[in-house]
Order: sequence, then C-alpha cells, then structure tokens
Amino acid sequence: MHPPKRTPGNPAPKTLSDPKPVQIVLIGLTFLFFTGFIFLPLSLVFSQAFQKGWEFYLECIREPYAVEAVKLTLLTVSVVVPLNAFFGLAAAWAITKFNFRGKAALKTLLDLPFAVSPVVAGLIFVLLVGSRTPFGSWLGEHGIKIIFSTPGIIIATLFVTFPFVARELIPLMEAQGRDEEEAALTLGAKGWQIFAKITLPNIKWGLLYGMILCSARSIGEFGAVSVVSGHIRGQTNTIPLHVEILYSEYNFTASFAVASLLVFLALITIVLKSAMEHQFKKTA
Amino acid sequence: MAFFQRKRRNILPGFGLSMGYTVFYLSAIVIVPLSMVFINTIPMGWEPFFSAVTTPRVLASYRVSFSTALFAAVFDAVAGLLTAWVLVRYRFPGKQFLDALVDLPFALPTAVAGICFATLYSPVGWLGKSLTSWGLTIINTPTGIIIALIFIGFPFVVRTIQPVLEELEPEIEEAAHCLGATRLQTFSKILLPHLFPALLTGATLAFARGIGEYGSVIFIAGNLPMKTEIAPLMIMSKLDQFDYNGASAVALVLLLISFSMLLLLNAVQEWQQKEYR
Amino acid sequence: MGIELQNITKKFAEYTALDNISLNVDSGDLIALLGPSGCGKTTLLRIIAGLELPDSGKIILENKDTTNLPPRKKNVGFVFQHYALFRRLNVFDNVAFGLNVLPRGERPPRKEIRDRVEHLLKLVQMEWALKRYPSQLSGGQRQRVALARALAVNPKVLLLDEPFSALDAKVRQELRRWLRKLHDEIHVTSIFVTHDQEEALELADRIVVINKGKIEQQGTPQEVYDHPANAFVYNFLGNVNVFHGRIRNGKVSLGTHHVDAPDELKHTEEKPSQAFVRPHEIGISKIQSSGSDLVGTIQEVRLLGGQIGLNLECEGFDNPIDAEIPRELYVNLQLAKGDKVFVSLNRVKVFTGDYAI
Repeated sequence: MHPPKRTPGNPAPKTLSDPKPVQIVLIGLTFLFFTGFIFLPLSLVFSQAFQKGWEFYLECIREPYAVEAVKLTLLTVSVVVPLNAFFGLAAAWAITKFNFRGKAALKTLLDLPFAVSPVVAGLIFVLLVGSRTPFGSWLGEHGIKIIFSTPGIIIATLFVTFPFVARELIPLMEAQGRDEEEAALTLGAKGWQIFAKITLPNIKWGLLYGMILCSARSIGEFGAVSVVSGHIRGQTNTIPLHVEILYSEYNFTASFAVASLLVFLALITIVLKSAMEHQFKKTA
Repeated sequence: MAFFQRKRRNILPGFGLSMGYTVFYLSAIVIVPLSMVFINTIPMGWEPFFSAVTTPRVLASYRVSFSTALFAAVFDAVAGLLTAWVLVRYRFPGKQFLDALVDLPFALPTAVAGICFATLYSPVGWLGKSLTSWGLTIINTPTGIIIALIFIGFPFVVRTIQPVLEELEPEIEEAAHCLGATRLQTFSKILLPHLFPALLTGATLAFARGIGEYGSVIFIAGNLPMKTEIAPLMIMSKLDQFDYNGASAVALVLLLISFSMLLLLNAVQEWQQKEYR
Repeated sequence: MGIELQNITKKFAEYTALDNISLNVDSGDLIALLGPSGCGKTTLLRIIAGLELPDSGKIILENKDTTNLPPRKKNVGFVFQHYALFRRLNVFDNVAFGLNVLPRGERPPRKEIRDRVEHLLKLVQMEWALKRYPSQLSGGQRQRVALARALAVNPKVLLLDEPFSALDAKVRQELRRWLRKLHDEIHVTSIFVTHDQEEALELADRIVVINKGKIEQQGTPQEVYDHPANAFVYNFLGNVNVFHGRIRNGKVSLGTHHVDAPDELKHTEEKPSQAFVRPHEIGISKIQSSGSDLVGTIQEVRLLGGQIGLNLECEGFDNPIDAEIPRELYVNLQLAKGDKVFVSLNRVKVFTGDYAI
C-alpha cells in the first residue's frame, strides 16, 4: 500500500488567510510532530551509524555479508521492477483502452496486495511452494528450491509490489483518453507502433514514477521476505533482513550503518518523487 | 466466459494480448497464492479452525493489533489534517522540504523505522531516557506499537486530504464569511464536512496498514504474549513451529479483516463521489 | 461515387444511435452532417472512419467495400473534435506520423516526407511552426495542424468531427472561409459534422440533416433552407416563429388570424398544424397595406449588427413575435418602443401533424 500521489494544485488563496498567531501555533505544532516522528529518527540513524567513527562505518558496509545482502537486494529489484512494470503496462492498456464486463472487479483485484499484511504475503507462498506442501516437495525432487532461497524472496516481493505501476498508469491513461491512439490508427499505424510512438511517450513519467515506488518498496520489504527467506547469511539475506540480524545480535552500530544505506535510498526516492511531481505539474 | 469479455468491439488493437497477460499474471502472483489460505483452512473443519483462532493468546493479539491501529489512525487523522492544512494554506521557510518528507514513512524500509523507534525510546535512548526518569515506559508497551503505527500511517492521511484541500474553491469560504460566519464556524460547518470523506479514507488506509504492519512494530513491541504481541507475529510464531494450519487460520481472519477494509474504502469513495460530484 | 453508405444501423445497449441510414456522397463534395447533439452524426462519422463498427449495413469508399477493414487500411483522414494531436511530438512529427508508420517498402524516402510535410504545412499556413509542440499552439493553429496531419496520408475522404466547435467566434469564422477555400483547391471528398446551421449553410456543398439517428433531409444549402422537408428541419435551420393552430377549409389559423393554406394542403381534412415564419420574412410598416396585416406593438428593440430585432405583441396572439428588419428601414420609419405598427407575414410555411420538436 502506498499513499495517494500528491498532485500539486492551486496555490493558497490570498484572501482569508488565518491570523498570524494561529498560523504560528499551527506551523509550530507541525514542526513539533515532524521533529518527533521524522527528524529525530533520521538523525538517530546517522549518529548511531557513525558512533564508532568513519572507518568502522566503512568496515560495516564493506563486510562480506553486507555486500552479499546488497547484491541480493539489487538482484531482487532488477527482476521484480521490470516484471511488474510490464504487467502494469498490460493491465493499464486493457483497462483504459477497452470497455469490458468486470472492469471494476478487476481494478479491485489489482489492489488486493495492498490490503494484505506482509506476513500473510509471505505465508501464502510458504503454503503454495514450501517444502512441506505437495507442489513444493515435487519441485524439491526435481532440484528446485523456492522457499528459503532467492526465488522465494523474488516471488514474495513481486506480490507485495504488484500493483504499484498499474496504479500509477491507470488514472493517467484514463485521463488521456483514446483520442491520440485512434488518430494514430486512422493514420495507418499498427498496434505496436501506436504503443511505442504515441502511448509510451505520453505515459513515460507516470511509468517511471510507478517504477520508483516499486523499487523503493522492493528494496525495503521486510515482513514478507522475512517469512520466505530463512535468514541464511550471505545467501538469503536482503539488506533489511541483515539490519535485523545485526540489531538482534546487539551489534547496533553495524546495524545502523547498514540501515543508513537504506535511509540514503529512501531520501533519493523522496527527492525523485518530488522532482517528478514537479514534472507532472509542468505537463498538466 | 462472460466475465472480462469486451462489451462491444473497440477498434484499438491488443485487447486479447493485454487482457490475457493481465489475467494470467494476476492469477499466478495474487489469486492462486492467496487462495492457498482458504485451501489450507477449509479441510480443518469449523471446530478446529474456531479453536485455533480463538485461543486466548490469539484473541489478545487481535485486540492489540486492532486497538493500537485504531489509536494510531485517530492520531494520524488529527496530525495529518494539521499538516495538510499548514502545507496547503501557509507560506513559511522549509515548506517544500517538509512536504517532501511527508513521504519518508513510505519510502523508509519498515525495519529501519522499527530499530529507530526502539532505540529512541529505549531506557538509554534520546527520548526514552527522560521519559523513564518521569516514570513513563514506551518500549515493550502498546504505546510503543502506537508510535510506530502513527509513523507508518501518517503519509496516507496527509496525501488524501491535501488534494481535496487544494481544490477547495476560496469562494466557498468567502461566501460563508459574507454570510456572517466566524472563522471557527466556517471551519467546523463548511470545511470539515467537506474534508470528512477524505479524512475518513486516509484514516481507514492508515488503520488497514496498521493492522497488517510487522517490520516497524516488532522491534519496539517487545512481543510479550497477551500484552504486546500483534496478530501478524502470531502467524510468524505458528510458522516457526511448522503449524501451517494454525498460521493459515489466523491469516484467514486477518485477510477477511483486510478485505472488509478494502470494501469499506470503496464504499466511502463511492459515497464521496456521489455526494460531492 | 465518393462514399456510399447502405442501411447503416448502430445500437448502443438499448439506444439506437443510427437507424438504417443510407447516403451517397459524390467525389470531391464537401458535405455537412447537421443535427442536434446526440443525434448520431458523430457515430456515423466514426463508422465511416472504421473507429466504430456498424451493427449492420455497408460502407463503400470509391467503389470498394470497406465495411470490415481496420481503420489503418481505410485510408481516411480524420480530424478529431479536440484535434487529438500527439502531445509528445512536435508539429513536423505529428504531420509526418502517417508517413513514418508506413511499412518500409511503401514509406517514401526521408527527403520526400520532409517535402510533403513542409508543403502541407505551407498549405495550412503553419510552416513557421515545424518545431513547436501542440501545447504551444492556439486552438485555431492546432486545428490546422490536425488537418495537415490528416491530409498527409493522401486520404480518399476527409472526415471532420465538429471541426470548429472548440474555437472562439472570430477564429471560427476565419477558419471556416479558409477551409472552404482549401477544399476548392484540393478537392478531397469531405464530410464534416456540426450542430451549427450557419456553419453548414456557409461551408457545405450539400447538407444532410440528421435527427434521432435518421436522415430528415438532404440537399444543397439553398434547397434545405428554402424548402425544408418538415417542421424539424425548418426549426433547426435558423430562428423561427412557431404558431400552433389548426388547418380547416383551406385556411390555417394563426391565433385569431387566418392565412390561406399552401396548395398541397388546400383540401386536407381538419387537423392540427404548425405554421413557421422566419423573423426576416416579417414585414413592418406604419400604413396598413392589406386587410390581412396584423396589428402589433413594439415591446423591445435589439441591435443585431446590420439588422434590428423587434419583439412585437400582436392582437390575437398569445406569444410575442420576433421580427428582423434592415437598419435603414428602422431609421426611415422612425420606430420606437411602444409604437403601433402593421405586421405582414410574407412567407408562411405550414406543416401538419403533431411533429414533435
């Protein structure tokens, strides 16, 4: 689940602004909330990570298990994001360019993974292909291991980030309508030409936006991955799982050092997100 | 199959292909795996199922999850409304910075949020130290869970209210003022009812997310049975004991709750559109 | 024959958009499909373009049955109501699109595409805008680019959906004349859809009036305007005074007033009738010229450009009558609000039956 996209609208009306004292109190309260819930946790991460100095920090993130965790996370992202982006394009094309019965139901089904607890998301794959299930043991006999290994992590992440791209593209393509595609059709374009030359350029920012959200969640997913991973260091540990292990071993500095990598990525995501919202504002 | 069939032929190409792939992928990644919960639970029979999901410890975990998520959602509704109001209506230095940071709880991996709050509120942490000296404990209590869930749910409320507030025509308020309403009256009689559906949607999203949340909670909760054990953690511990049936029974209850939240949300949004469009 | 439509029927769920429409369009003609909104005219245009499929009937373009051809094989140019320019392509690429998507073998060389696009943009007076994007153009300019884009593929027919509806009044006028001139130069069979009778009368070689999915009348603008086939057409083409009355013994009642019924209705039995008089077909004078003149009082005077509009309350009529007279006459007669005048109905058109409008 992710919060609805922020669409910048009209600036504040100039008339009717609240009295200055009211403004100051409300802005103050907001900053207080942000201090407690945003600024303090953020600064805590860096203060803890660098507690034992710059060199120790580098040591923590260069340590082989940490590097393996980063590699596994990158691998997961590089598989999950393209697959879900491709699905998002297909689903958005079917839903926005055609009328068919059951469209509303299909849209609701797309949202399902948002409503499911991450732990349940992991559990369902254990129930489907875990070694104690018929299908899982059959796969095991043929040398395929899914749960407690990389494919399991990838599949669980696919589920959790499933709707991100589709959710961005559907409202965008609905608003753009079918006119341009129909115009291209009357000018003799074939299906893939229409898609590549007309539709794709029109939705590229929305697509990128969805992919960024999808990546952020893929990198950070904890609950679902935690169920299917088996927590084998150097093999099935993603970055968030590695953070957890270090923390539960009371290795706080190392845990926060690795966590600081995730904070960097989150901050980059936020910067990209607001930059792209700015882009939306410009094109709208 | 009458479902998913085109109502009338549309002339654009690619319906069969895109629809086919959508249905296939949706089934493979979402529908079939999710149905495993039902497939695993149904052969249990009613009695064992019922007793599995109503043991005192499981019941307590529902209670913890439900009440903490509810508290957090209510708090988020207030804090989110405040933040959205300040961000839309006022000009002040650092506004854009604040606006961007609203998304941090979404972008930050939940495990990182979890260890942050656990460390902040630990008896030796930045906040925990002074709180402990006043005799207040946050860590290993439901209050700790609520704090983590407030963080997680916050962007949902802000981002649902913000666009509604932005699109609100100033004329509405001006009209109210011309008719002699005070600022407070305008807010409570005009603005709040107008924002209410969005507020409800945002709070419901935060609540739904809170019920299923795992990563940010387990570090600060301490996971004491009957006290601070959340429902997702019950699934986790049943899985650790290879009690697949028990795990899927609890998961089924959680799923049903989530689905009804989804339906409720759709209903709220439909009502919102009917009322205000 | 340019376009031949045979018995086209199209239903959307319960609602019949087109009911057994047949229509022939000569090569090189400019045709207006005129009708109120929701009458089915846009649907008909989309069916010709292949963007919708008819439930039954045939579409024959230049003696070739194209009913089941996909739009890209039909070779029609379609100008969309809101232009549907490709917003991520500049003007040049928009116009060149239809050529660039041709299969490699049929695609003209780059140089030729460039020449063709430049020629077309010159034709629509947009050659200065090659590198602009649609968002940087005004409505009228977008319209011209959309037209050039449709013409680039050398279409057999050009279809325009409400081509001027999104423009303001002045630009609309200009573009209308310009389009007529352009059509006289390039002579491609064209159909445009409009709900504006003035536009249809000024622009088209022939007008097809459509209502509720059926063709009410077709003919030259002159024919349609002067000899409307029925009450709907009369009413739809311009302002009109309507009098509901009865036809009896060769006379038509208008309020307490009677006029002779037209020849073809002289001997019909008594039935309800409707009489129509256009405002400019009403004569005003200060002296009674014949016994059949009405006596009226000027209630309101409006300035309508070169004409003066009068609102008259006439004895024996429940509703006021609208008249339009030349400004000169108004000045010469020294008319003013409240004056009593004699009113003659110069040309009354009578229809019988309870035709619903």
